Amino acid sequence: MTLATTPNLADPDAFYALLMQAHRGLDEDASRRLDAALVLLLANHVGDMAVLAAAVQRAREAVAAMPAEQGLAAEGRGGP
Amino acid sequence: MPVTYQNPRYAYRRPDAVGRAGPEEAPVVIAGGGLVGLTLALDLARRGTASVLLDEDDTVSFGSRAICWAKRTLEIMGRLGLGQRFLDKGITWNQGRVYVQDREAYAFDLLPEQGHEFPAFVNLQQYYAEEWLVAACEATGLVDLRWKNRVASVERRPDGALLGIETPDGPYRLHAQWLLACDGARSLAREQLGLEFLGQVFRDRFLIADIVMRAPFPAERRFWFDPPFHPGQSVLLHKQPDDVWRIDFQLGWDADPEEEKRPEKVRARVAQMLGEDIPFELEWVSVYTFRCRRLERFRHGRILFVGDSAHQVSPFGARGGNGGVQDADNLAWKLDAVLRGAAPEALLDSYDAERIPAAEENILNSTRSTDFITPKNGAARAYRDAVLALTTATPAARPWVNSGRLSRPAVLRGSPLGTPGGEDAPLPPGAPAVDAPVLNRGRADWLLRHLGGTGFTLLALAGEGAPPPEAPPGIARLVVGETETTGGLFDHAGLVARRWGLAPGEAVLLRPDQHVAARFAVAETHAIAAAHRRAMGHAA
Repeated sequence: MTLATTPNLADPDAFYALLMQAHRGLDEDASRRLDAALVLLLANHVGDMAVLAAAVQRAREAVAAMPAEQGLAAEGRGGP
Repeated sequence: MPVTYQNPRYAYRRPDAVGRAGPEEAPVVIAGGGLVGLTLALDLARRGTASVLLDEDDTVSFGSRAICWAKRTLEIMGRLGLGQRFLDKGITWNQGRVYVQDREAYAFDLLPEQGHEFPAFVNLQQYYAEEWLVAACEATGLVDLRWKNRVASVERRPDGALLGIETPDGPYRLHAQWLLACDGARSLAREQLGLEFLGQVFRDRFLIADIVMRAPFPAERRFWFDPPFHPGQSVLLHKQPDDVWRIDFQLGWDADPEEEKRPEKVRARVAQMLGEDIPFELEWVSVYTFRCRRLERFRHGRILFVGDSAHQVSPFGARGGNGGVQDADNLAWKLDAVLRGAAPEALLDSYDAERIPAAEENILNSTRSTDFITPKNGAARAYRDAVLALTTATPAARPWVNSGRLSRPAVLRGSPLGTPGGEDAPLPPGAPAVDAPVLNRGRADWLLRHLGGTGFTLLALAGEGAPPPEAPPGIARLVVGETETTGGLFDHAGLVARRWGLAPGEAVLLRPDQHVAARFAVAETHAIAAAHRRAMGHAA
C-alpha cells in the first residue's frame, strides 16, 4: 500500500465540515489533544508504517514550505 | 535514616604499598565496589581470576537505589551462585498496572508463561545484593577487597593504568595491567581520561521516597498518570522486602529539591496518596533529575568502562543496574580468556561491539519512556494526553502508554563473535539462553543451571535414532534427551525443543555468558570448533 495523494473521499467538504464542527467550543489545548487523538486513531486504522512515514514526511514538507508569516496571517484573518 | 537496615562496616587494612617508593603491580584492578564492580569481581573469581577491588567507602549502598532485578540479572546471579537468595528475600512480581487519573487503563504481564526458574522481576534493595556479593567475593579468596581506598588519579599507560590511591594511612600507587572502571555515573576514571559523556538531560525532577508501612497493595508495579492525589504529575509504586515501599513522585522542573526533601513535605505527599488511616515511616528520600548519556567507546586500551561509568539511563524501565550487570556478564569471561592466554586481546573489542548497541537500546527505551512521562513541548503533551484519554475505551491506544519499557536482555545481533546461520530461529546467534524445566535423573531441574559456567557448552539434542552430536575437545557437551532413555537431561515437557527450536541431532554452541554463539542443523565437529575459535576472537 502507498499513501493516497489523489482525492479519495466521496464528499471532501462534508469531512472538512465534520472536523471544524469537532473543534467548535474547544480551547487551544483541547483542540490540540483532539487532533492528536484523531491522528492516533487513524494511524492505528491505517496500520502500515511505510504509509504513515510517507504521510508524516509529506505533511512536514508541506508545512515547512509555507512561509511563517503566511501561516500567522492566515490564522489572524477574519474576513472573506 | 534507614530503620529496616543497618549498613555493615567492612574492615580497612593498611595496603602493603603505602610508603613504598615504586608502584604495586596487579593484573586486574576494579575501581568501584558497587553492584557492577562486585559482580565483575565475583564473575572473574568464579573463573579463577583474581582481582584487586578498590572502594572509597567501607560499606554497601546507602539507600535502596536499584530495586528491580530483571529475569536476566537473576539468571546471571543464579550462575554466580546467588539466585536463590534473591528469590528467598526479594518480592517476586510479573504484573504491571497503569492508572490514568482514578481508573485503571492498562495492565501487562511480563512473564505470561510458566516453566522458568526466575520470574520477570524481583524487587530487592541494592544493599542486600551488594552485601551478598561482598560475602561471596570474600569466600572465593580471589578478590582483594580494599575498603577506604580512594582512587585519586588515573593515568592511561600502554601496558595498563597507573592509579594514585589515598587511604587513611596515606597514599600509594598501583599499576593495573587491566583497569575495570566501575566507578559510577560520576566516574573519576572517565574524567581523568578526559572522555566526553554525552547525551540528554530531562528537565524534570522526581522525588524518590522509601517508606515503611503495612499495606494491602499486591506485589506488582503500579504507575499513575495524573492521579487525584498528585494531579498533573505521575507516580510509581513498588513493593520491597521488609515492608518497605518505593514511591516516585514526579515534581516538575520548577520544584525546589531541598524543599521537597523536607520530611514534613514528603509525609504530606505520601499521606495524600495513602489516605490518613495508613501509618508509615520515612526510610530514605532523594530528589533526582534524569539523564540518558554514554561514552562513545567503552574500551580504551587496557581500561574498560563498565556500568554507569559507561552509560547512564533514566530509571523508567529498570535498565541501569540490570544493564550494568549484563556488562559485567559480557566482560568477565572475555577478560578471563585473554588473561589465561586462550584468546587474543582483540576479543575485548567485542565488548564494545556488543555492549554499545545494548546501551543504545537501553537509552532509546528509557528516553522514549521519559519523553512520554515528561513531554518536552506542547505537541508532545497533546499526544501524551490524547493517548491517555483514549486508553480506557479504545484498546488500540494502550500500547502507546509508556510508563517504562522494562529491561529485556540484549540480543547481540550482528556480533563479530557469532557465526551466521539460524537468524530466524527462536534463539538466533547472540540471543541469551532461555530457561526450561528438565528432569535430571528423575529430579526436577532447570536447563540454565547447566549452561555457561567456566567455559563454552554445546547444547545437543538427542532422540530415538538421532544421537547427540559430538563436541570438539575443550568444549563441554550438555545432552538433552527427547525421551527418558536417550540420556542426559530429559526434556519431559518438550520445552527445550520448543523454546530453542531444536530437533534431535541438532545443537547450539553457548558462550560462557550463556549467549548463543552458533546454531547447527548438521553439527560437524570441525564447524563447531571453527565457531568456537570465532567466538574467542581468533581471526577466521
